[in-house]
Amino acid sequence: MKRLEKKHPLFTRWNHWVNFPVLTVMICSGLLIYWADDVQRIGLGSVTLVHMKLPDNVYEALHMNQRLAAGMAWHFAFMWLFALNGALYVLYTLISGEWRNLIPTRRSFSDAIEVVKHDLGIRKQPLPATKYNGAQRIAYSSIILMGIGSLITGLAIYKPVQLSLLVTLCGGFPAARFLHFWLTMGYIAFFVVHIVQVARAGWSNFRGMVTGYEVANVESAEGSRP
Amino acid sequence: MSSENKTPRSAVAPVETDADAAIRRLSRRSFILGGIATAATVGGFTWLMNAPPSDGIPGPLRRMLRFNETLAETFFQPSRLIPTLSLDRVTKPARVNGDIGLSEEVNLDDWTVQVQPAKAITATDDDFDEFTLADIKKLPRHEMVTELHCIEGWTMVQHWAGARFCDFVEQMTRFHDLKSVPKYVGIETPDGAYYVGLDRASALHPQTLLCYEMNGEPLTQDHGAPLRLVIPVKYGVKNLKRIGVIKFTNARPGDYWAEQGYDWYAGF
Repeated sequence: MKRLEKKHPLFTRWNHWVNFPVLTVMICSGLLIYWADDVQRIGLGSVTLVHMKLPDNVYEALHMNQRLAAGMAWHFAFMWLFALNGALYVLYTLISGEWRNLIPTRRSFSDAIEVVKHDLGIRKQPLPATKYNGAQRIAYSSIILMGIGSLITGLAIYKPVQLSLLVTLCGGFPAARFLHFWLTMGYIAFFVVHIVQVARAGWSNFRGMVTGYEVANVESAEGSRP
Repeated sequence: MSSENKTPRSAVAPVETDADAAIRRLSRRSFILGGIATAATVGGFTWLMNAPPSDGIPGPLRRMLRFNETLAETFFQPSRLIPTLSLDRVTKPARVNGDIGLSEEVNLDDWTVQVQPAKAITATDDDFDEFTLADIKKLPRHEMVTELHCIEGWTMVQHWAGARFCDFVEQMTRFHDLKSVPKYVGIETPDGAYYVGLDRASALHPQTLLCYEMNGEPLTQDHGAPLRLVIPVKYGVKNLKRIGVIKFTNARPGDYWAEQGYDWYAGF
């Protein structure tokens, strides 16, 4: 027996899909800005394992070089949409009670390990059916904290005198830049994992993020994923 | 994305055998709406990218920069200072960046700074006051070790010494009452090749210096000898080297980098 089950509220869906182009603009314009002083690295002291820069010809092929001014202009326009959309999401989640599905619980961390085992094919039995599993709760809560982090570090970099308290909170101006950059790398990593998981979860799950509904089998209520 | 939101979250659709038909119907509606939203977004971006440019960037983005500027000016607190650091934090060697307007060495003996008050106050455009370095040095000397943030992203710390710009304005120009200072200050190199525009509040900020010494030595030619602007509430691009002309004006002065797509305000 099949039935329709409400999955994602209208507000969440619009918020999610608005965030996609807005965050894309923020990341792309951010990279145009980063190009002008691409200093971040993975390393310790004088040892650099990875210098976080693309080769010059790749920058040129992607038309990412010499566009600092444009990057700043786009970044400082779309920051408003990014912040507003994020703030609305947090407000909605709090007011609607959706946060109860999203905040990690005491069990989420051990659940998340089971999810990872399941996804890697180590765990054979299906995962328990919940709206969001432990790994999702952790991921979807972390991404909100990361958004708040980007806002705080971004404001520190944007107005380091008027908002010098935020600079201090970040541990100085270069530290604020460091955090702002790595949070962005975090979004890109999140995006990659998210896309892989959505692809694995299949069409019905994706359609759920568009229509808000999923078709569920009542007898064998299987866990629905992201 | 659907506007269908009347059913409670956990509700069961009435006829279970119709679940497939129902989701098909919902999907059609949502995907058509989603398609329209996507097309509108693409249309919006196309419009934005092809909007008539204003000084190197699409006009709407320039208007957003102006909006941000208005907001920044509204909330600007002159009492908020850039933190001053200890001498051991000074970046060595000092990075030399930017040589526009410094093409030839300046003759330090001949150098003067010309000050032009607002047109409204003087009879003619050519009505300049002239000051020598010795004049500037008569003003109270201030030292500070502060960060200079380049618009590219990097930061360096230097030890600056000079006269406060607000002291200069108050004691040497015709604006003895700082309240009478026009809305903007424009500063140019002697050859006019490099020029910056400043809002009054930032120019008169207590940490804005007419600087003649760096790290205990007179400024070198490539750091803007004999007199440069140090304005820690602005990006490095506004810290003009080798001041030639200072203009007080109510008309927004031109700014070298703002004309190349950058934010005119460029302030912290």
